[in-house]
Amino acid sequence: MRTIVIDPITRLEGHGKISIFLNDAGNVEKALFQVPELRGFEAFTLGRPAVDMPQITSRICGVCPTTHHMASTKALDDLYGVEPTPAAKAIRELVNSAFICEDHTLHFYILAGADFVVGPDAPAALRNILGVISKVGAENGAYVIEMRKKIRKIIEMCAGKPVHPVFGLPGGVSKRVTEEMRKEFQQISKEAVEFAKFTLKIFHDAVLGNKDYVSLITGDVYYHETNHMGMIDANGKVNLYDGNVRVVDPTGQEVVTYAPRDYHKIIGEHVEDWTYIKFPFLREKGWQGFVDGKDSGVYRVAPLARLNVSTGMATPRAQAEYEKMYATLGGQVSNHTLANHWARLIELMYCAERMVELSDAPELTFDETRNMNFQTPAEGVGIVEAPRGTLIHHYQTDEKGMMTGCNLIVATVSNAAIICMGIEKAAKKLIRDGNVDDGLLNMVEMTFRSYDPCLSCATHALGQTPLKVEFVEPSGEIRHIVTRR
Amino acid sequence: MSDNKPKVAFYWCASCGGCEEAVVDLNEGLLDVAAAVDIVLWPVALDFKYSDVEALRDGDIAVAFVNGAIRTDEQAHIARLLRRKAGLIVAFGSCAHTGGIPGLANLTTKEKIFETSYLKSPTVDNPEKTIPVTKTTVDGVDATLPGFWTQVHTLDQLIDVDYYLPGCPPMPNSIVDAVTAILEGKLPPKGAVIGSKKALCDTCTRTKPVKPTLHERFYLPHEIDVDPEVCFLEQGVICCGPATRGGCGEKCIQGNMPCTGCYGTLDGVTDQGAKLVSAIAAYIDGDSAIEVKKAVATILDPAGTFYRYGVPASQLFKKEAMEVTK
Amino acid sequence: MAEVKLLTFVCNWCSYGGADQAGGLKIEYPSGVRLVKVMCSGRVDPQLILQGFRKGADGVLVLGCHPGDCHYKSGNYSAQKRMLLLEPLLAQFGIESDRFQLNWVSAGEGERFGKVVNEMYNKVAALGPLKLTDSAVKEETA
Ligand code: SF4
Ligand code: SF4
Ligand code: SF4
Ligand code: FES
Repeated sequence: MRTIVIDPITRLEGHGKISIFLNDAGNVEKALFQVPELRGFEAFTLGRPAVDMPQITSRICGVCPTTHHMASTKALDDLYGVEPTPAAKAIRELVNSAFICEDHTLHFYILAGADFVVGPDAPAALRNILGVISKVGAENGAYVIEMRKKIRKIIEMCAGKPVHPVFGLPGGVSKRVTEEMRKEFQQISKEAVEFAKFTLKIFHDAVLGNKDYVSLITGDVYYHETNHMGMIDANGKVNLYDGNVRVVDPTGQEVVTYAPRDYHKIIGEHVEDWTYIKFPFLREKGWQGFVDGKDSGVYRVAPLARLNVSTGMATPRAQAEYEKMYATLGGQVSNHTLANHWARLIELMYCAERMVELSDAPELTFDETRNMNFQTPAEGVGIVEAPRGTLIHHYQTDEKGMMTGCNLIVATVSNAAIICMGIEKAAKKLIRDGNVDDGLLNMVEMTFRSYDPCLSCATHALGQTPLKVEFVEPSGEIRHIVTRR
Repeated sequence: MSDNKPKVAFYWCASCGGCEEAVVDLNEGLLDVAAAVDIVLWPVALDFKYSDVEALRDGDIAVAFVNGAIRTDEQAHIARLLRRKAGLIVAFGSCAHTGGIPGLANLTTKEKIFETSYLKSPTVDNPEKTIPVTKTTVDGVDATLPGFWTQVHTLDQLIDVDYYLPGCPPMPNSIVDAVTAILEGKLPPKGAVIGSKKALCDTCTRTKPVKPTLHERFYLPHEIDVDPEVCFLEQGVICCGPATRGGCGEKCIQGNMPCTGCYGTLDGVTDQGAKLVSAIAAYIDGDSAIEVKKAVATILDPAGTFYRYGVPASQLFKKEAMEVTK
Repeated sequence: MAEVKLLTFVCNWCSYGGADQAGGLKIEYPSGVRLVKVMCSGRVDPQLILQGFRKGADGVLVLGCHPGDCHYKSGNYSAQKRMLLLEPLLAQFGIESDRFQLNWVSAGEGERFGKVVNEMYNKVAALGPLKLTDSAVKEETA
């Protein structure tokens, strides 16, 4: 048997590795997506004060620290039984929206967008941000960098540190927003909406305008019938900061809508011995293995899943685009993995529009940024939507608020099963009779990249996810076949 | 790429990715850096194989910036390889410098980590008590995982380190200062932390008394309504400012939260936590042991507070006899 | 009982005198007790204590003047605050409280010196040698 190892050395709470095993005929026998690292946050946070958790857990991931900080802070609200003040809610949601805006931008331009804008089987040397820039023009490239910088400034001004925020407290935030800050936020938010329009236009021109790409998106290689999970507001619209969580089956039928506190009744986690990552599934359906279909317990999260469980977007421009997407893909729900990219840009627009609303909201600058009517702590659950999907923090403490239990379900973990399945399917369809080339491998990789499994680090700016492909002969001898730069 | 430009390598070990974000946050500055050097290794940006680095002559790389702590064999290998190939090794960020927040894992055990994650979590459904193993077969194919060390280590516990760049992550201004010092050859003595020589308190603008006002108890940041103009310690909230190296721009203080010590401690201090013990003790009221004990008991997690970023670097974890690759 | 090392800091003005007198009185204590003279118990920086453990002490004893008698007025009170703060910290690193003590011995208390030192030594000896963490090098499998 021969083995192809795609070892992209990327962060996903550490690194991620894809191995594709070929049989003697050169067809795919098995594909594995392994997470070779475990850091033990659930264990080493025990005995620490729960109020330190927002800052400690942001170090789970330096790519989405803000989201961990936010989920953790919401878990503290629940733990201490306090409702955040209106100012606190507005500030937190503004930061959350700004963060997702920035992160989705990064993902589109620097990581996945390249696959479409430049082309999935274009030479590797072009399939990167430089390729995107040459396609859209250097001026526009500078525009992207400038916007990212401005949006990040909102985070830094509200939350303290730019990479690892410090502002989350139970019932509120540590720092208030002044009228001067508001003015700056209003300006940046308006620019963000323009930027989202610009980005959607690129997507429409370069991707939707190309029949090949549309058939790639709507084709079979990247199609999986699974359950979907995401947060919604009281009207059933997508909400990234607060609400209940809804699950629908592959046809769009509701499976359940649950309040954050009940998450553990809904989700179970399966353990395999060949990877450090766990595989969450719907308890109601049970763990049936890595299989598709209505009866499978596998569910997915991330932008497409969020749009799938919702009745629409709460802001006008995003709603219009939402309607366009489902009209193109057909139906109320899409099981086309690559549609995640479109969904992500709809969310980019939603976040930008939400930033405008929040930076105009009167309560943003209210004095009371904290509610200190704490109850005796015991247990708290916080859920937010990370750029990559539903993120759950669950803490138990003693009456002094010291951690006695900690459970974290990270978005990429929720997607672990579907990523494994997607890779295997794509590999089986695309690699035939020992034919492996760079473009094909990239198309295998595209399936997991569409979930953005936390490897959208901006350092991709100078190149491309490195890909090492090795055929291991039955003798154990490693013959190097393809390398990508 | 021109040959007279210094060859630079970036590598990350057990890292959250925040140190790379910090590099990207240089924005336009990143282009200046990229223009001044020849980047020969950047695993996420460029294809990377051991053999590429091995093919270089020893000492060929001028500087290697390494972030993240050491946790696996693979990380140890690459750290050693880079030590051979690079003239200078810079430990970049808290994790490489002092172990970082993931280093808090040294206060628990590997067994507990596995047990918590795979057996005891409220969502885990694992009747067969499956635990990941380093070697197994799945549907007839062999799958391997790297082994998981029992402790998190700082970079200098494994290899000889020339300079340190503190912070979780280092702030862009600190990165620029360090890179400039290296490019211009204006380097401090080997083994130095490149950064401010002053404590954070020295540049903090909050009002503080000449002599500390003594407290009967301490508060967690959520327990009191903090006055944004007054020193945190003065208000009874533990702030690591007195024993922390300045230079971050008082980021947390600006966010109206106390410093948790990510820039590490000052020159000449052998142990960050012990230094903080002295600094904080000065704020405790009372001469009777009973009263002092009461006040001390309100600091609920001294190890996690005084060594938030540095358990592996503490005297209690340091291994002096450790074999160091020169 | 195991051979252990007890690092003992004695202040110049009181406890050192106590140790001296104990010598004069031929009060015996184990050779594992290593005396280090400091000007005042208030000068025993917690860093020194941790270094002591790191360099091989199995227990650390700090002796100063009785409360109210410190030559520098409040050095022993400062020492007390630090010690009491250090104790729970060391506990989190798995260092038992019996390995670590602050006590008062005046210059005229040779007998008390002997008693305090011997009692502490026996407690530490009962716990046995202190084992700090292993090195990375041993962890490598490859
Ligand atoms: S130092 Fe901080 S930002 Fe850098 S890798 Fe470690 S945890 Fe992440
Ligand atoms: S202790 Fe903290 S708040 Fe007080 S002066 Fe120092 S840095 Fe500023
Ligand atoms: S204030 Fe302290 S914890 Fe915050 S960034 Fe500066 S050194 Fe780090
Ligand atoms: S001089 Fe003896 S304790 Fe201060």
